[in-house]
Amino acid sequence: MKDYRPVVYAAFCVLLLLAPFFLNAYWVDVLNNVGLYAILGLSLNIILGHAGLFHMGHAAFYAMGAYTTAIINTTYQIPVLWLMPISGLVAGVLALVIARPIIHLRGDYLLIVTIGLVEITRIALVNNIFGITGGSNGIFGISRPEIFGFRIRRPEHFFFLIWGFAAVTVFLFHRLENSRFGRALNYLREDETAAEGSGINTAHYKLIAFVVGAVWAGMAGNIFAAKMTIIAPESFNFWESVILFMIVLLGGRGSIPGVILGAFLIAGLPELFRQFASARMLIFGAIMIAMMIFRTEGILPPRPRRYPAPASGGGEGAS
Amino acid sequence: MSLLQLQNLTKRFGGLVAVDDVSFEVPQGAIVGLIGPNGAGKTTVFNLITGNYRPDQGDILFEGRSIRKLPTHKIVALGIARTFQTIRLFPKMSVLENVLAGCHCRTHAGAVAAMLRLPFQKREEAAALAEAHAELAFTGIEHYADQVAENLSYGNQRLLEVARALASRPRFIILDEPAGGMNDFETAALIRIIRRIRERGITVLLIEHDMNLVMEACEHLVVLENGANIAEGTPAQIQADERVIEAYLGVEED
Amino acid sequence: MDFFLQQLTNGLAVGSIYALIALGYTMVYGVLKLINFAHGDLFAIGAYLGLTLLTAFGLTRFLGPLGVVIVLALMVMGLVAVVGAVLERVAYRPLRQAHRLSAVVSAMGASIFFQNALMLIYGARYKVYPHDILPKNVVSLLGVEVPLVRLLVLLTSVLMMVALYLFIQKTRIGTAIRAAAIDQRAAKLMGINVDRVIMIVFLIGPALGGAAGLMVGLYYGQINFTMGWMYGLKAFTAAILGGIGNIPGAMVGGLLLGVIEAMGAAYLSIAWKDAITFIVLIAILIVRPTGLLGERVAEKV
Repeated sequence: MKDYRPVVYAAFCVLLLLAPFFLNAYWVDVLNNVGLYAILGLSLNIILGHAGLFHMGHAAFYAMGAYTTAIINTTYQIPVLWLMPISGLVAGVLALVIARPIIHLRGDYLLIVTIGLVEITRIALVNNIFGITGGSNGIFGISRPEIFGFRIRRPEHFFFLIWGFAAVTVFLFHRLENSRFGRALNYLREDETAAEGSGINTAHYKLIAFVVGAVWAGMAGNIFAAKMTIIAPESFNFWESVILFMIVLLGGRGSIPGVILGAFLIAGLPELFRQFASARMLIFGAIMIAMMIFRTEGILPPRPRRYPAPASGGGEGAS
Repeated sequence: MSLLQLQNLTKRFGGLVAVDDVSFEVPQGAIVGLIGPNGAGKTTVFNLITGNYRPDQGDILFEGRSIRKLPTHKIVALGIARTFQTIRLFPKMSVLENVLAGCHCRTHAGAVAAMLRLPFQKREEAAALAEAHAELAFTGIEHYADQVAENLSYGNQRLLEVARALASRPRFIILDEPAGGMNDFETAALIRIIRRIRERGITVLLIEHDMNLVMEACEHLVVLENGANIAEGTPAQIQADERVIEAYLGVEED
Repeated sequence: MDFFLQQLTNGLAVGSIYALIALGYTMVYGVLKLINFAHGDLFAIGAYLGLTLLTAFGLTRFLGPLGVVIVLALMVMGLVAVVGAVLERVAYRPLRQAHRLSAVVSAMGASIFFQNALMLIYGARYKVYPHDILPKNVVSLLGVEVPLVRLLVLLTSVLMMVALYLFIQKTRIGTAIRAAAIDQRAAKLMGINVDRVIMIVFLIGPALGGAAGLMVGLYYGQINFTMGWMYGLKAFTAAILGGIGNIPGAMVGGLLLGVIEAMGAAYLSIAWKDAITFIVLIAILIVRPTGLLGERVAEKV
């Protein structure tokens, strides 16, 4: 059977690239949200999809990035985009500190602890911790990002910022997946004891998976803060984590195209059915159950990695 | 000097003494068999050597150095590789990727190197691939390289575990019932592979219930019963040992 | 001292409600090794059903306060038990053999489903229980004035827990439940109908959860469709605190968590009340993952 995927992916990219020229501001903004969710989903995919760690507290890292940007930008007027690496770094360091004591917890215990994490973060933000988070009103007056003197403010400007960053993410994460690092995460997902017994430092890889995922979520938080110009704790509640979790599971754990599709379905599709808006979470819930029963691996599960045939000795080639 | 020395090793689980004051040595370059009835504590000894369990008493020396407190992956990096009694592959991954897991501890590229595809990362990846293919060829399962591991036959899954262990470039390999589930033909091939492993300079310690394999492949045997070391010697000596015969006849096997 | 005793009784009353909900988590975890994320929502359904039944039939016209509460409790427990059993049949049984993550996700799906079903049926705003059902008396306890309702909540919960404990320890079905929790396959070989055991667990757990929902409605007077989430998480923390899978553990954990929370809110900071629960949860999991009464099990390699 011929593989049509490259054609489909190319067509998708072209359509997406042309979209802001045909859609009105509202729909471009919907696409922007989808893009942010895609980036966040891809970052969670490293932790949940590849390393198989049940992490439902991703919104905490997202919040960390957004608040880092908001606080530094509004206090010291440092341009928003310069703060992107710092936001990623802060979220990454947080992940390093938090994940170390909890990564050895298995499966559903880890799930519940990460839920606790995101709730503690939210409560801390609401309580205006250290007097810098602005309490439940959050922080406003975050400045717009600028690139080479060009001020990004309209939805179609953000479209290119967000989807550009998403493209970079896909490019880098694709390489990450197809590497010693990506394989190591999969080994520990498949069988931790066997991985450790094969010489893989499983604790280290779990930690690094958390850090990589958190750094990216932190950078996505930076873009979010720049796009909204106002952020509040309620943007980073537990349901945000659930939505990210669902994006990865629905699309396909460990699959980049799957996660992007998941972002479109979960963040984009409900916009098409606004008349059912009140019932959409109900339908989500039912779909989650049905998915697990009928298609556990997600809509677009990852394909096996491909390796070059051995140089000598009559390998079988790509048959 | 002995490659591996177990000194008065004891391990308890609750009230049960699984390994009771066991001491023996594995000389450099030997093929040593660890035998005994079921429940004698053989696999527990393996799990103690590889750091899956921590001994309650005693010490384990590898090349004269205590490895009692090291985590498993560091023990592998020092040159001790193992296979599991209950096959533990990465079932949904390809045969080749399973062997690449073994190459892991001899390579270094991390997340950043992978994202940037640094030149050293590419060279390393190519070398690891070549090595993985070589180990598959060594164990005679190179034709299955692209298959999913769980689709292999039982015997081939055992060989894949051996290939994965070899890919970590060990100086010492521990095989836990490598012939389990194999037919006579496969077992004969396995014996040849074990001998060729030793020819590569790798010392072998194995647990096996297949007495033909043990008597044919091993030149030194250690017998455990109820967690204790009851006899040691050449296969001929062991076959003549009163206590061993008693242990085997007294306890129904399998 | 007065303040302290007020907080203590309050903590015990809330804790006994947590304990009732925690029992549902711990029993399901015992036999299925599954965190039933939808359990908190079953509790919320109990609270809403209680309100509906209370206002629909005008029970208060025929019966005294005690009669109303008993009839109401029985109806709510029965109905929520049925919902629990249906949940098991639809969302969990098909996943019995699947990867554990699948069942957890299915449970989250069920939770989202129930929560939004409640919102669609009853609306998103707080609902208020009629407040003339239970007496407003105060009783004097060690010289401290404590609301009677508070003591009744505590007493009823403890009675239910004792009844459950006896049921699990003394009856044939209870023995089967314990056997299935230890080793499902062995239990099956011994002729225990494991499907039936699981069904019974999914009747008892939700029934207790539903009763807890009704109590919250009667005690606090107002309910909301998202209440199942917070109570569920706290009850789950209680179950972990006591050692998940352990029935007396859930009881002890619930009461303890209720008191910790009440004291934390009273003496530390009310704004951080909900965070205290999570900090307790995380600390327990890091320091002693088996909980207070749980046993340490060696992982098999």
